[in-house]
Amino acid sequence: MSVHSARSGTGRKLVLLVPYLWLTFFFLIPFLIVLKISLSDDVTAQPPYVPVLDFSRGFEGVRGTIAALDFENYRLVLGDSLYLDSYLQSLLIAAVSTFILLLIGYPVAYAMTRAPLGWRPILLMLVILPFWTSFLIRVYAWMGILARDGLLNQALIGLRVIDEPLEILATNGAVILGIVYSYLPFMVLPLYAALEKQDHSLLEAAADLGSPPWKSFWQVTVPLSKPGIVAGCLLCFIPAVGEFVIPDLLGGSDTLMIGKTLWTEFSSNRSWTVSSAIAVLLLMVLMIPILFYQRIQARNLEAR
Amino acid sequence: MRKGLGPFTITALVAGFAFLYLPILLLIVYSFNDSRLVTVWGGFSTRWYGSLWQNQALLDAAWVTLRVAFVSATLATILGTMAAVALTRLGRFRSRTLFAGMLYAPLVMPEVITGLSLLLLFVAIDLNRGYWTVMLAHTSFTMCFVAVVVQSRLIGFDRSLEEAAQDLGATPLRTFFSVTLPLIAPAVAAGWMLAFTLSLDDLVIASFTTGPGATTLPMRIYSQVRLGVTPEINAVCTLFIGFVTLIVMASSLAMKRQMIVAEQPVRG
Repeated sequence: MSVHSARSGTGRKLVLLVPYLWLTFFFLIPFLIVLKISLSDDVTAQPPYVPVLDFSRGFEGVRGTIAALDFENYRLVLGDSLYLDSYLQSLLIAAVSTFILLLIGYPVAYAMTRAPLGWRPILLMLVILPFWTSFLIRVYAWMGILARDGLLNQALIGLRVIDEPLEILATNGAVILGIVYSYLPFMVLPLYAALEKQDHSLLEAAADLGSPPWKSFWQVTVPLSKPGIVAGCLLCFIPAVGEFVIPDLLGGSDTLMIGKTLWTEFSSNRSWTVSSAIAVLLLMVLMIPILFYQRIQARNLEAR
Repeated sequence: MRKGLGPFTITALVAGFAFLYLPILLLIVYSFNDSRLVTVWGGFSTRWYGSLWQNQALLDAAWVTLRVAFVSATLATILGTMAAVALTRLGRFRSRTLFAGMLYAPLVMPEVITGLSLLLLFVAIDLNRGYWTVMLAHTSFTMCFVAVVVQSRLIGFDRSLEEAAQDLGATPLRTFFSVTLPLIAPAVAAGWMLAFTLSLDDLVIASFTTGPGATTLPMRIYSQVRLGVTPEINAVCTLFIGFVTLIVMASSLAMKRQMIVAEQPVRG
């Protein structure tokens, strides 16, 4: 028995320790490095960064590195309207998209729970399947549809709805459409999970007491699905704020989203310190929703 | 409760699924277009598929992507399953909140942040960027998805089976491999699949962490997509979608069978 418990003690520790160390090394430490680089100065010579910590000079080196840290990059980012506009526009586009996602996702999820029982696994599979298909490809598919000579304009002109092709591609509207399209499974799945769990006898009780269906929907169904609504909205809103591919492919030159700005700063301007400052500020903006999401996720997976 | 297919249900389902699938269907249809002009239908042809096999850069990228996805999904499945077991079976331990936080945060973390931070890590430890760094980066973000999938299965099944095995003298390790693992196998397989396709798909994190000689397929597709819509890209995308759909379908069938087999003794 003592052999068992000793062995199980090591086993238990390993099960926790291995993923713990992995996450610390590949998730936590990288953030600390980003934070450090965001406080450093760009070095014009190659490579375009200063060492993280200069241990070769011992304690003096560490102190020297810390002394060299300043908020110059933050001053630059916060003082430039380009970056501020990017943050604001990202938040706005993500919020509008999330709202539209809810408007589209809720009826779909609701209809799925109303469909015959035998259909549900197939319907669920149909919602999940696009999620497995490449994100990039799904965004690309819209480029051919929305272009000036694209399929949508051709169809509308063919149907004589419009005479002149609409300029849809390279607008913020196209970006919102792209986000709504790409994130729809993320919205439908938590809503479906919340709606499916509901006890239908509650609606029957409401009906017996004389409540019309629309009133029961607003006063029983919607409040009870609130956990699904919150989870779905966070699951869409948070990544959408930092989205890069969608604004880059579907947006125009005046579409400023912070993910794209960070990418440009990194790949074209080659300023690693400024991109780090942008990343830190983006993380600070998203910190509250991320913590909120973590709590929901932990509660969902551990409460039972 | 009325469970019929009312007009509302039908409309919502048809409209919702048409929105989800029409763009992909159009892309697939136009990959068989004979015309070089992507929006003018010039008759049925498979010539764009033929020319793909001549494109060595594309084939190389596909090979790199498959290798990265296979290795990172396997590693992520091992790490993610361990993390899920730790969270559901170890009870309360110190710094559990931090651990759970690090596990759930990457699920919603914007990719540009994950990509940039991993790149700076690889630079800081002076690791040559290429195939291995992309693989490590993919393992790190996909293991979190595996953990969530496995965890939801772990909390869903009867724990008395594990307790019975331990009462009969099985070591925790033996209990895990002969009782727990067979029961959660469908979720572990689903986790692997999810990690595999997430790695196949990833553009942003790979672009940050890659180096010379390790261009992945999404990166190759992206660099051509930026220049506009072409029938060749439609063909590549169609093959990609076909490949992923095939493995998802096959694995979901296999999992369904497994699930039935695995749940028999529990229910019976």
